[in-house]
This record gives sequence, C-alpha cells and structure tokens, in this order.
Amino acid sequence: MKSDVMTRTAVQTPLTASADPMVEIRDLHVHFGTPRRQVQAVNGVDLTLARGEVLTILGESGSGKSVTLRSLMRLLPERKTRLTGSVRVDGQDVLAMSRRELSRFRGRTAAMIFQEPMLAFDPVFTVGDQIAETVCRHEGVSRREGLARALELFDRVRIPSAKRRLANYPYELSGGMSQRAMIALALSCRPKLLLADEPTTALDATVQIQILLLLRELQRELGMSVIFVTHDMGVANEISDRIAVMYAGRLVETGAVDSVIAQPRHPYTLGLMHSRASGELRGQRLSAIPGAPPDMSAPPPGCAFAPRCPHADATCTQALPGMSELGDGHRAACWRLGETAS
Amino acid sequence: MSTYFLKRILYVVPITLAVSFFCFSLVHLSPGDPMDAVVSADAPREVVAMVERAYGFDRPLPEQFALWVSRALQGDLGLSAANGRAVTAEVFAALKNTLLLALAASLIGFTLGCTFGLLAGYWQGSLLDRLVTGFAVGGVSVPHYWLGMLLVIVFSVELNWLPSSGAGPGSSNDWAFEWAYLRHLILPAVTLSVIPMGVVTRTVRAMVAEILAHEFVEALRAKGLAEKRVFLHVVKNVAPTALAVMGLQLGYLLGGSILVETVFSWPGTGLLLNNAIFQRDLPILQGTILVLALFFVLLNLIVDLAQARLDPRIQRS
Repeated sequence: MKSDVMTRTAVQTPLTASADPMVEIRDLHVHFGTPRRQVQAVNGVDLTLARGEVLTILGESGSGKSVTLRSLMRLLPERKTRLTGSVRVDGQDVLAMSRRELSRFRGRTAAMIFQEPMLAFDPVFTVGDQIAETVCRHEGVSRREGLARALELFDRVRIPSAKRRLANYPYELSGGMSQRAMIALALSCRPKLLLADEPTTALDATVQIQILLLLRELQRELGMSVIFVTHDMGVANEISDRIAVMYAGRLVETGAVDSVIAQPRHPYTLGLMHSRASGELRGQRLSAIPGAPPDMSAPPPGCAFAPRCPHADATCTQALPGMSELGDGHRAACWRLGETAS
Repeated sequence: MSTYFLKRILYVVPITLAVSFFCFSLVHLSPGDPMDAVVSADAPREVVAMVERAYGFDRPLPEQFALWVSRALQGDLGLSAANGRAVTAEVFAALKNTLLLALAASLIGFTLGCTFGLLAGYWQGSLLDRLVTGFAVGGVSVPHYWLGMLLVIVFSVELNWLPSSGAGPGSSNDWAFEWAYLRHLILPAVTLSVIPMGVVTRTVRAMVAEILAHEFVEALRAKGLAEKRVFLHVVKNVAPTALAVMGLQLGYLLGGSILVETVFSWPGTGLLLNNAIFQRDLPILQGTILVLALFFVLLNLIVDLAQARLDPRIQRS
C-alpha cells in the first residue's frame, strides 16, 4: 500500500564504487500477503548497477529474482505487497514516486520485457497500436507518428515485412517474432534501463540464441544498462558483465561473470555449476542439489541454503552469513568460504 | 474475414427451416384436434369439412408444410382461430410493444450491469464489490412477476406515481415518445431489467477479474500507461463477452416476458401468447413463436458478427 511505501525505514545509502549508478538497491525487503500469512520473497538485497552495465540475476523459481526485478518498477500489486528499503533508478527514488511520476517513469526511464511475449501483448489490439500507444503516452505525439516509430523499431529488431507485421494481432506472430516485437515495444521510448524477465525461457533453443544476440547488439548500440533475470547459466555467461546469484530472497554470490563462473565460491553456485550439462562432463551423471528451497513464509534463521549444503555446520544454521569480499568485486555470503576455495 | 461472415450468414438458413418446421408441427403435436378450437363440437359435418378445407387440414402433411412456409414467406401466417383476424398483423403489433419493452429493459439492465460489473471486477474484494455482487445475485434470484407486483403495490397503489397496466393512456395501442406513454413503460421495464442486470453484472465482473490477472495488464502498466488507459484495454477485452451475453438476454426478454406482460397487461407477444394458449388459438401461437424464434436467430447473427469485429481471434476459430 502507498502508506507502507511512505513510511518505509529510511536507509542511508553508502556511496559505492561508481559515483552515479544506474540502479542502486539498498536493503530491499519484499513481503507479500496478509498479516496472517506473510511470504518473505526478498530479504535484504543490496545491488548496484553501473551505467551501460549488463547484470544477470541468476536463481531458481521462487528465489526472489523476478520480484526484485519488478520492485525496480514497483510493478507488484500494491495492495498485497510491502516494500521496504531503498530503490533508486537513474537518481530517482522509485519507492517515493507518486502514481503519476511512476507512470511517467515506467516505459520511459526503465522498460521491461517479459518471459511469455505472447501473453504480454493485449490480444485484441494490433502490435503496432500497442507500440504506438506507448510512444504517444510518453512523447505526446500522434498515433501516426507513433506507428512510424514502431515501423523503425520493427526494422531495427529485424522483423521481416515490418509494415505488414505492425497490423498483425499478437496471435498472428510466432514466439520469436513476438519477443522481437516485445523488445521493439520496450525500446520504443529509448529507456536507459532495460529489465528482462527470462526473455528467452519460453522460446526454442535456436530462437533463444538469436534473441540473445539481438539484445546484446542493441545494448551495445544504445548503451543501455540491462538487468537480466534467468535460471540459465548459459544465458548469463552469454550476455552479461556481472552475475548476482540469488537464493531464498538473498544474494549469495556476486561478481564479474568470468570470475563467478570460473571460480564459484558459494556452495549453491557450485551446485548450480555441477547440475549443468556441459561438454567436458559427457558420460558422467549430472549431480543435482539435494532437497528443496525453504518455505518463504517461515525462512530459517541461519543460512537458507544450510539444509541442502554439503559444507554446513552448526554456525550455518544459527546465524546469517554476511557478504565477504573475495577480491575484484567478487563477493559471497557463506560461513565456510575457506572450504570452497579451489 | 469475409468468409467467416458469409459462412455465419448462410448458417441461418438451416436453422430457420428447422424452426419453422417445429412451429408447423406444433399444431399436430399438441393434444386434441386443432379443429376443436375453430368449430364447436356439435357443428354439422358439412361445416366441419368446409372449415377443414379453408384451413387446409384436409391435405397431406408435407403439402400443408410447404403451403404454410410459402405463405409465411409472403407474410401470411393465417387467421386467428379465436377472432378471425390476420395473425401477421396481430403478431407484429404485439412484437412492436414487446420489442419496446425488451429494449428499454435491456438498456437499463445492460447499462447498470456493465457499470456494476466493471466496478466490482476492478475493485474485487472491496465493500463495493460485495454490495454489487449481492445486488446482482438478488436480481437473478428474485421472481420477476413477484417483483412486478411489489412495484405495482408501492408505486401505483400506495404512491400513485405510475400506472399499473397498459402501454399508454386509454386502451390506445399506438405508441408515442411522450411522457404519457413513457410512464406506462417504467414499471414493466424496470421489472424486466433486473434479470439481465444481474446476469451481465456477474459475467462482466468475472471477466474483468480474469483479464486483470493476465500478464498483459502488468505489461501495460510496465510501459507507463495511465490507469484510465489500462481500464480501456480491459473494457475492450470484456466487450465481446458482454455483448454476447446481452444479445442472448435480449432474446430471452423477447420470449420470456410472458409473466411480466401478464402482470402489467402489456399488449405484447407475451400477453398474446398467454391469451392464445388459454383460447387454444393455434395459428396465433404458431405465428408468434415463429416470429420470436426468427428474431432470436437474427439477434444471434448480429451478436456473432459484432463479436467477430471486436475480437479478431473469433474469425480464426
């Protein structure tokens, strides 16, 4: 509710490495539900994204990665959500925005692409109109000018026979094509920050690569900052500069993509790496992480991964580990980092 | 696009034939001899034979049907068995009144139903939602002849604000858009509007709630549209269903207003049917049912075509 947003605890934000970051999240908590049963989806996330940087938030379903992403635009249902902490995007305090400021910010400063492009378009309007509508909303131009912009964008995201496609309804496009259209929509007002919620998960493997390459190319051309949410390590490796691994509503490991993938230090990240099929492991059995993520309506007091962790001891189940600096911005939250060093 | 429309229009032909066959069969399916209503039991045999010939009852059934259809196509539905007047004229005079009543009732019911449904669905779970939903359930559940009588007792008998019966001052059957006539319309129209109001409210509420849960609504908000504009998207998604429900309701109102028309002595098809049933006036029954059924078919056609224009996906399926 709005009052919750207004009465949130003021958090002093320490200045980090980059002086003017695109995104700065401090101690973000997101709780859903009624007073009787609360789900603590996100529990104290700190995250900074520099301008022009591409970050991947990696995690399994229910880890809070999509919720964190949606908090950046305050897209979660207001009546059922309690947001605390601080979220700043492009210097603006997102949690303090009025409804009007928020709608001006959404789509213009930050834009989002969704997991299921087919479901993210209104089925009874043409895709061209849905893009034009956004341009009209933010730039006050006519529908005709909006459609001209849409045509430009369709060419840019390489949709064949763009002009004809603008007049199509969403159900007339294929999955890959509608994700391209979704990207065109997201880019229509030249956002500074692009949020992508598993944009390739619903697509065929061959289309996935095309979409990833397209996104990377557009990001470089436009100099956007991008936050990518995925559970696919290959995707993270392909597109991002930095990775943040999330587990049970908290970041467990973060760092440059090469260093996290080459030398994962948190046992959860290690587990993820081992449960992945790759060339070198041909012929071996894939190892899965035993157990299941904790119930987020009653999270454990200590490290949430402890029950599934091969290295866990008494400390782990009692107290929450803080983030430790491992050098070069690579950080992990674990009590037993000494044992995971290779 | 046009193939769908063409197909849908051609589809009407077999339905119409089936409907007219059913209406024709009514005479022979109903218990008793249709002649009983026309001539008295003790009439001389020559008179019976003559009347039989006049009504065509002496010919074989298929021929009777063909004859009946060809006459009906020319606008001749025969003569009333009770008073000898032309059925076509009787039916259309009554249909005009029923149509007036049904349109007034659905205008009220549809407007209120859509408004209530949109509000309740948009603020689902709120106090407003619970009030409106309760009202809608009441509207669907209350027997409307009882509601009609209640309204008559309150507004005609006690308050003496509105007339309790007839379609206009005196026994005049020609309607005019004047207050003297409009005040006769109010009570029956309100009574009749309660059912479509309830049905439309519930349907629209459910649809709005369902559509708000779709991912595209979040996507609309994510691109920064004002809430008004998001609402517009929701309305356009609800419109085809709301329209279909209303079309069907209008059809039910045309055929189902028998009780309300009887309570208010409204000179429409309902009253006509009611009287025809008690007088065993089969030509009137046949004619009225045929005209009402064809009207229903036409209405469905219009609704389907309008729906297809609103929702492009329908033409595909």
